[in-house]
Amino acid sequence: MALRQCAIYGKGGIGKSTTTQNLVAGLAEAGNKIMIVGCDPKADSTRLILHAKAQDTIMSLAADAGSVEDLELEDVLKAGYAGIKCVESGGPEPGVGCAGRGVITAINFLEEEGAYEEDLDFVFYDVLGDVVCGGFAMPIRQNKAQEIYIVVSGEMMAMYAANNICKGIVKYANSGSVRLAGLICNSRNTDREDELISALAAKLGSQMIHFIPRDNVVQRAEIRRMTVIEYDPAAKQADEYRNLAQKIIHNKNLVVPTPLTMDELEELMMEFGMLDEEDESIIGKTAAEERKVIQIAAAAGA
Amino acid sequence: MSQIAEHIKPCYPLFMEPEYRDVLSRKATECEEKPTQETLEEKFLWTTSQEYKDLNFQREALTINPAKACQPLGSLLCSLGFKGSLPYIHGSQGCVAYFRTYFNRHFKEPIACVSDSMTEDAAVFGGHKNMHAGLQNANSLYKPEMISVSTTCMAEVIGDDLNAFINNAKKDGMIPNDLPTPFAHTPSFVGSHVTGYDSMMEGTLRYFTLNDMAGKAVGSNGKVNIITGFETYLGNFRVLGRMMREMGVDYTLLSDPSEILDTPADGKYRMYAGGTSIEEVKDAPNAIDTLLLQPFGLTKTKKFVEETWSHPCTRLNPPMGLAWTDEFLMRVSELTGKGIPESLELERGRLVDMMGDSHAWLHGKTFSLYGDPDFVEGMCHFLLELGAEPKHVLSHNANKRWGKRLAKALEENPYGRQAQVFVDKDLWHLRSLLFTDKPDFLIGNSYGKFIQRDTFHKGPKHEVPLIRIGFPIFDRHHLHRSTTLGYEGAMTIVTTLVNAVMEKLDRDTIQYGVTDYNYDLVR
Repeated sequence: MALRQCAIYGKGGIGKSTTTQNLVAGLAEAGNKIMIVGCDPKADSTRLILHAKAQDTIMSLAADAGSVEDLELEDVLKAGYAGIKCVESGGPEPGVGCAGRGVITAINFLEEEGAYEEDLDFVFYDVLGDVVCGGFAMPIRQNKAQEIYIVVSGEMMAMYAANNICKGIVKYANSGSVRLAGLICNSRNTDREDELISALAAKLGSQMIHFIPRDNVVQRAEIRRMTVIEYDPAAKQADEYRNLAQKIIHNKNLVVPTPLTMDELEELMMEFGMLDEEDESIIGKTAAEERKVIQIAAAAGA
Repeated sequence: MSQIAEHIKPCYPLFMEPEYRDVLSRKATECEEKPTQETLEEKFLWTTSQEYKDLNFQREALTINPAKACQPLGSLLCSLGFKGSLPYIHGSQGCVAYFRTYFNRHFKEPIACVSDSMTEDAAVFGGHKNMHAGLQNANSLYKPEMISVSTTCMAEVIGDDLNAFINNAKKDGMIPNDLPTPFAHTPSFVGSHVTGYDSMMEGTLRYFTLNDMAGKAVGSNGKVNIITGFETYLGNFRVLGRMMREMGVDYTLLSDPSEILDTPADGKYRMYAGGTSIEEVKDAPNAIDTLLLQPFGLTKTKKFVEETWSHPCTRLNPPMGLAWTDEFLMRVSELTGKGIPESLELERGRLVDMMGDSHAWLHGKTFSLYGDPDFVEGMCHFLLELGAEPKHVLSHNANKRWGKRLAKALEENPYGRQAQVFVDKDLWHLRSLLFTDKPDFLIGNSYGKFIQRDTFHKGPKHEVPLIRIGFPIFDRHHLHRSTTLGYEGAMTIVTTLVNAVMEKLDRDTIQYGVTDYNYDLVR
């Protein structure tokens, strides 16, 4: 099987890293050889696979060694559950430096050291929050990830971020082979969440590849720094991740996304009752002014 | 202070005149809070001491007087060597002005290179728009056959993706789809100009051949490819061609800037001249092999040529000096089945004769040298062949592995035993070394002249004369046209070295009635 490279994007805190690692555990359980490349200065993309607090990152090791050229592949690449290879790009503390450049440096290093030449079926890039700068688009440059999955939930900001990420993908999809492969809905138990995300996916020209219900076993496993599949293979939630893994293995639905305009996105949310129809009369009115209006109305009524 | 038109005094000696001395000394006392001459001398002497040297070598973060430049400078040189190629640097304008000036000063030629002038807004929004407008303007104004794109730090830090940007520009009709646009990411904060050359070479070969390998067969065109790496001696491109022609070997120099960097003054400005054509690049995978003349400086290119073209690419030393030129010619002979012609054998014999003639003067003389890794290695090897002794061998842009290998090779030769190899050290380190452990001569680029001045200031017997071999050479003319590779290059080097030894001796023995008993007519 040819190497498939997938990048996972989504709003910060949506559960990208958790979903990625649980999904990858499912793929590995099915016999696939996988590498996870964490592209986030927080370096929490591999902890459930390695049972570690945080893996030593390429950038921190490079800073210790003096330069990236002084590193060897085995310094940065660690094997965890089911032989999954793990590497974290790392990056600066919040407020200083450039995390995007860290991603570029790390992926260049992996390429030069031949990390991709090893026997692999999948590479997963777990990418920080939003596509905020060119560095975070490194995983979807030519000859890197060609499939992008966006983790989303039925909350307004998560959907807004998903739509934004699609705008980013279009820039690269037009001239290259990177495609949107689907939305993964990580449920927050909002109303009609599955319908809403399916509708959003359809508008983007894509699919909701899987709906992952909310289940506390994910958190219980996470406290133990494990994936659900490893912690409790018989759990119902483990099957959800296995299911997602199978859907990804067989996924042929790769598209150039058609991002929504802000108006279209708001319309969709109104349709599902997440957003009220805009009331032009209240814009710019202070609470005091509103009270006055109510008093006048009450007086008139009396 | 006014000058007389018929008798204009240049900078020196003009500023020696009393009126200027007076102004300058008042400026020093009234405005500069200049320390006394005694204090200055005291501090100067301290910087020449062993104590200072030890402190100097404990420096961790600071670089003083680097002996290297940055990646895009190398990519620019590489781009200039392709026919009709316009180097295009995606990034800030100042960087590009610097590259052009740098080459201007060395080659005394105009350098055509454009930038898409990224400014603050481009740093925030990405350089997409600059790339669009830049490519469109460059193409319509300068009508190149190809545009070779590389980057400065600014574009690299914000993560601009050349492949996507260039393809989008083509898609949006900014430049024709079929205008070749090889590209390479060349962040200035990684490696040096040598890395940049390598990246651009790899990018160019990749662009023209990666998806065009169908029907290519190693050896089918009967040629050999030669890649020099970052090479600024124009004579080297010429001598390589001459040697191949004398052997009757058909060859392709991949990147040959010897025309564009040496255009005639005949009243016609040439924006493009000479260079390797696109057809030659596309045909290059059909060659018998690709000879890389800089084993350190062409690692990316080597990987690509081995993997994509399936060329053997066996390691070759830089063809400097006698044995390594032999090795180069014999490799070509093995690959092509062509014998070494009498003309080259004669030339070799002449070099051996010259080495013999000058041996007595070079034997046991000590030389400190610095420069790019492959040049330094080749130069060391030739010094050993001459019976000269390398003392401090410094390469700012080499790595530890290179340093260990060279140190071992030097250790194995009786003339190399006293040599010390320094990697990732700058010219301020070298200055300390030259004060605390004086060699007879220093070999390097123009920047070495300040070390010579400083050593002279300590006293004539401390002076280490600079022999200018390397890049850049800003303060002597036309040396960039000479040759350092092959037997011919070795002849140039031996001539340069031995005459430097004699000039020094003449200066030392010129004192009338004191040392002139050895101020000889015949040497």
